[in-house]
Amino acid sequence: MIQREVSIKNRAGLHTRPAAALVKLAATFKSEFFIEKDGIEINGKSIIGVMTLAAEQGSTLTLRFSGVDEVEACDAVAELIERGFDEK
Amino acid sequence: MTESRAKAESPQSQETVLKGIPASPGIAIGPAFVFMRHAPIIEERSVLPEEAEREVGRLEQAIARSLKELRKIFEFAETKLRDDKVKIFEAQLMFLEDAVLFDAIYARIRSELKNAEFIVHDEIGKYIRIMLASKDEYTHERAHDVEDVRNRILRNLQEQRVISRLEGSAIIVSQNLSAGDTVILSRNDVLAYATDIGGITSHTALLSRALKIPAVVGLKTISHLVHDALSMVLDGYSGTVVLNPTEETIKKYAAKRERYHQFEARLAGLRDLPAETLDHRRVELSANAEFEQELDFIKIQGADGIGLFRSEYLIVGKEEFPTEEEQFAQYKLLAEAMYPKRVIIRTFDIGGDKLMTDSAKENNPFLGWRGIRVMLDRPILFLEQLRAILRASTRKNIAVMFPMVSNLKEVRLARKLLDQAKHQLRKDGIPYDSRMKVGVMIEVPSAAIIAEDLAEEVDFLSIGTNDLIQYLLAVDRGNDVVSNLYQEFNPAVVRFLRRIIERGKKKGVWVGMCGEMAGDPLATILLLGLGLDEFSVVPNMLPEIKKIIRGVKFSEAQKIAEQVLRMKTEDEIKEFLRSIMKKKFPDIPIN
Repeated sequence: MIQREVSIKNRAGLHTRPAAALVKLAATFKSEFFIEKDGIEINGKSIIGVMTLAAEQGSTLTLRFSGVDEVEACDAVAELIERGFDEK
Repeated sequence: MTESRAKAESPQSQETVLKGIPASPGIAIGPAFVFMRHAPIIEERSVLPEEAEREVGRLEQAIARSLKELRKIFEFAETKLRDDKVKIFEAQLMFLEDAVLFDAIYARIRSELKNAEFIVHDEIGKYIRIMLASKDEYTHERAHDVEDVRNRILRNLQEQRVISRLEGSAIIVSQNLSAGDTVILSRNDVLAYATDIGGITSHTALLSRALKIPAVVGLKTISHLVHDALSMVLDGYSGTVVLNPTEETIKKYAAKRERYHQFEARLAGLRDLPAETLDHRRVELSANAEFEQELDFIKIQGADGIGLFRSEYLIVGKEEFPTEEEQFAQYKLLAEAMYPKRVIIRTFDIGGDKLMTDSAKENNPFLGWRGIRVMLDRPILFLEQLRAILRASTRKNIAVMFPMVSNLKEVRLARKLLDQAKHQLRKDGIPYDSRMKVGVMIEVPSAAIIAEDLAEEVDFLSIGTNDLIQYLLAVDRGNDVVSNLYQEFNPAVVRFLRRIIERGKKKGVWVGMCGEMAGDPLATILLLGLGLDEFSVVPNMLPEIKKIIRGVKFSEAQKIAEQVLRMKTEDEIKEFLRSIMKKKFPDIPIN
């Protein structure tokens, strides 16, 4: 299991579009993926779970991956978030 | 007394006026159609182990049907609506395809041995509750989408048929309309939507506006008062609905509809086009507004936002200052109604006489205790207003502006109070936009001269020409004897404007104008050429100003401004600009 902390960069936070991008990317990996924010943990492959995080700009998330491709998954997902989901 | 008896006993021919929230502009006159959606009934039933798979199968089918329905709505929405509205349905489709969610639901059916309706209602309900409790506006709204999806699944589990076809044209009346309902019903000849519940940012409101169907929400009881074919008038500008209108009432609204159609004609096609010159310089074209019962939707349709909201309107005619709560309610309504467009709220710009309990009149109020001076001397009141504005800023579309600033110290004191307000709200866990932009009015000549210093400490400048010109030329507009000396095109004014704009831009802030000059068609090209970034005009002039901006090149406007700056008299300048307007825009009336 590996764990990484990231912060939300984009202005509107984790709204539908980036949430969908996140879930879509996570689905391409075999590893289990959970996100924790303020003590609440949700399944990162569930769009409804991600939406309930209500992660606004500046909030910190803890990402947890466990599985055969946990390293690649963590790098890819963390990078997407740190890139602000390529939003302006 | 049951509902149906109540309807039968109500006087059939009596005109009834209802008031709701104006959600989408337009006037509709026609018969009602009552759209009833029965809320899905949730029964909790235990099932035997061998029946569990059947429940799973039922749910799978219900999901498949729901997907089919939503895809149909999504396709229809794509043809009728713009991208951002279509996203609502995209999000709903995504929820339906959330494998993690439904795997959990199937697992619960199998382990808890309960019926599908109950588990679906319960499991999805958890997420809805968390989202509704969120302080983040956006997430709060998504809760309604999740609820819509849940209801759709439950309806399909119960195999309820959906009515979405009407005969003829009608005003649709309902307790509530989901996003899907609003869109799919519009395939018919819908004259308007009227609902009991819903707010200005509900799906019904947003989609109605996008579909250009008039709508009024929040009528509270209309679905109980109306039967099919009842004659109705709906005014989406003011939020008024009239049941059983008299001939006279119908005539009145038909006339109003005609007037607004004429305004639309002037706006014709320009409404959704940007205020951009021929060589692609984009400026902001906003509206000056006060708070009215009818937030003039139609007029503000063509604007990029509200460039000046005169908050002192809230004090007019009142004995006391409005409380923080009262102010917050108004600012919030404003922010919601205009979202995602920006609203700039100017803090109270009042003369001291509004606060004086005795009749101590000033000899020269114009040069006296006014604007920010008053508010800084009454920090408690100022703090209340700042708190109210901050609290209303959660959608991140509010900016604040200080009036009658004459030195830097005032700005620093005001900002300190703003910081104090932010600190208080933070301590109380009340959300606000931490990056709310702050600007100042440039109307006192001293502020214009130190514009650079001001620009270093604020985010924008807005030129208030009405007072600026009076102070600069030492003229009282209201004094008939000298009012002709109030000259927008006085060379001193033009050169002064040039300096203000230059100074502001040098320090990287945008410079706008909210005085009358911004809405004077004769001045538009000149102001463009001087480099003005934002025009905030009286709503009625929006079409004309936009037309001019879109009809010239910025490079050309700059050359014209250079020429004007070299001229020495007002007459010379006006004649020059008139000749240009006559050639380029002969249809636009000018003074």
